[in-house]
Amino acid sequence: MVARGSQVSRSWHLAFDDLSRGWKQRALWGHLGWQDIKQRYRRSVLGPLWITISMAVTAIALGVLYAGLFGNPIERQLPYILVGFVVWAFIGGCITEGSTVFISNAGLIKHLPAPVSVHVFRLIWRQVLFFAHNLVVYVVMFAVFPQPLGLGSLLVFPAFALLIANGMWVALLIGIVSTRFRDLPPVTQSVVQLMFFLTPIVWIYEDLQNSDNAAIRDRARFAELNPFLHFLETIRRPLLGQSFELRHWVVVLVITVIGWALALVVMRNYRSRVSYWV
Amino acid sequence: MVSIRVRSASVDFPIFDAKSRSLKTTVLGVVGGRIGANASRVVVVKALQDIDLDLDHGARVALIGHNGAGKSTLLRLLSGIYEPTSGTAEVTGRVAPVFDLAVGMDPEISGLDNIMIRGLFLGMTHEQMQERVDDIAEFTELGDYLRMPIRTYSTGMRVRLALGVVTSIDPEILLLDEGIGAVDAAFLRKARKRLTDLVDRSGLLVLASHSDELLRELCDTAIWLDHGQIRQQGPLEPVLEAYKNRPGGR
Repeated sequence: MVARGSQVSRSWHLAFDDLSRGWKQRALWGHLGWQDIKQRYRRSVLGPLWITISMAVTAIALGVLYAGLFGNPIERQLPYILVGFVVWAFIGGCITEGSTVFISNAGLIKHLPAPVSVHVFRLIWRQVLFFAHNLVVYVVMFAVFPQPLGLGSLLVFPAFALLIANGMWVALLIGIVSTRFRDLPPVTQSVVQLMFFLTPIVWIYEDLQNSDNAAIRDRARFAELNPFLHFLETIRRPLLGQSFELRHWVVVLVITVIGWALALVVMRNYRSRVSYWV
Repeated sequence: MVSIRVRSASVDFPIFDAKSRSLKTTVLGVVGGRIGANASRVVVVKALQDIDLDLDHGARVALIGHNGAGKSTLLRLLSGIYEPTSGTAEVTGRVAPVFDLAVGMDPEISGLDNIMIRGLFLGMTHEQMQERVDDIAEFTELGDYLRMPIRTYSTGMRVRLALGVVTSIDPEILLLDEGIGAVDAAFLRKARKRLTDLVDRSGLLVLASHSDELLRELCDTAIWLDHGQIRQQGPLEPVLEAYKNRPGGR
């Protein structure tokens, strides 16, 4: 039984219903996500690994360059950059592709009835699969520069789970708003690119915190205002065998809750408009 | 129980890129829905206005009307793709739509893969679709072509594939848009048998088309849509006749 109309379209019930029906269609988005990956393997031996390779090449080149510039040992700078790149590829992918998640599926949305969340699940699943490909970089790096992993490194699993949960709300929120305001996708792209430089990926945040120069120490504190720093640290620290820092987790949890609340409000009010706007 | 209950439902499309100022006054064209502007000065196309509709088990309904009369929009309203901007649309039963045949099919992957994806979209599981593949292959007569990428298919072959999928999954509400006329007469007869069996067994059918032949083949009642409103509704032949004899009609 499906009841739809203007009075009932804007309801929490239908917003949650969309998400739960989307989740139940795992077979569908699971298949579509795989298809997206297989697409890249078609007629190509390495397929999506090409993205991994080009990322690794950039990261290694930057790693060598910045190790020289900052005077850091390569075995410290390179793993830091490589892990940062792998995690950032996921974050950036979720956000930039999130902004076009409904626009690029306009055909499907207008021709086959399905919960809007199906397209978001498919996107996140595809990004998770890309992430899995990119982990090859970490494995190779680990073989060359072993990291002091411990029990605390297991924290990477809840950290990645939180990152996925955040990718989900970001894609839902930006996806819906971008469908209405088409200026948003290019703006999103620029902001993501900018954030790449503002986030400690190629530069090591702790080095600035511990700088001999008092002015730099002061300025380094501003990096804490960048939410991406906290997401990155929750995953990077365990992968590099560094200590647990509570504040990163607190920030990530707070953002998860606020973000989902926002996304749910947008889902409640505009979910039914997506098929009109695409 | 299968049923469609639509109560004074309207579908208004906001057109954000149209210059709302120049179109502030309501324009009434010959083709298409009514164009107006809502309170926030966004131009809206009133694709459907005040639709009331009751359809039950066994109905085989033809949707007729000029281009842009709202036939496809009504089908999308019934399939749940559009939720009405005012009024209500209650659809009870498992819906299977066949609209644009190119969409929802990836041209680069094989017919078999496309059957799977279509089926999953319509709420089937992997296993359920696996069981039906042979049946679909037999019905569509595509044979080894099913292993070829869809881009090698003709329009008629795509229609066969799409019809094969929707008729194999035992849907309760079948919504078909134009396009399906692209198949040859022999296949159409075969499809007709399968479609009418389906409707008799469990469901109802709504078909939008400009081909009288196809409509007579599959439907027994008709709805004439005009500028997004229902102009006439009843047994097929009289409505078709009235539509033909409309002022400005053929």
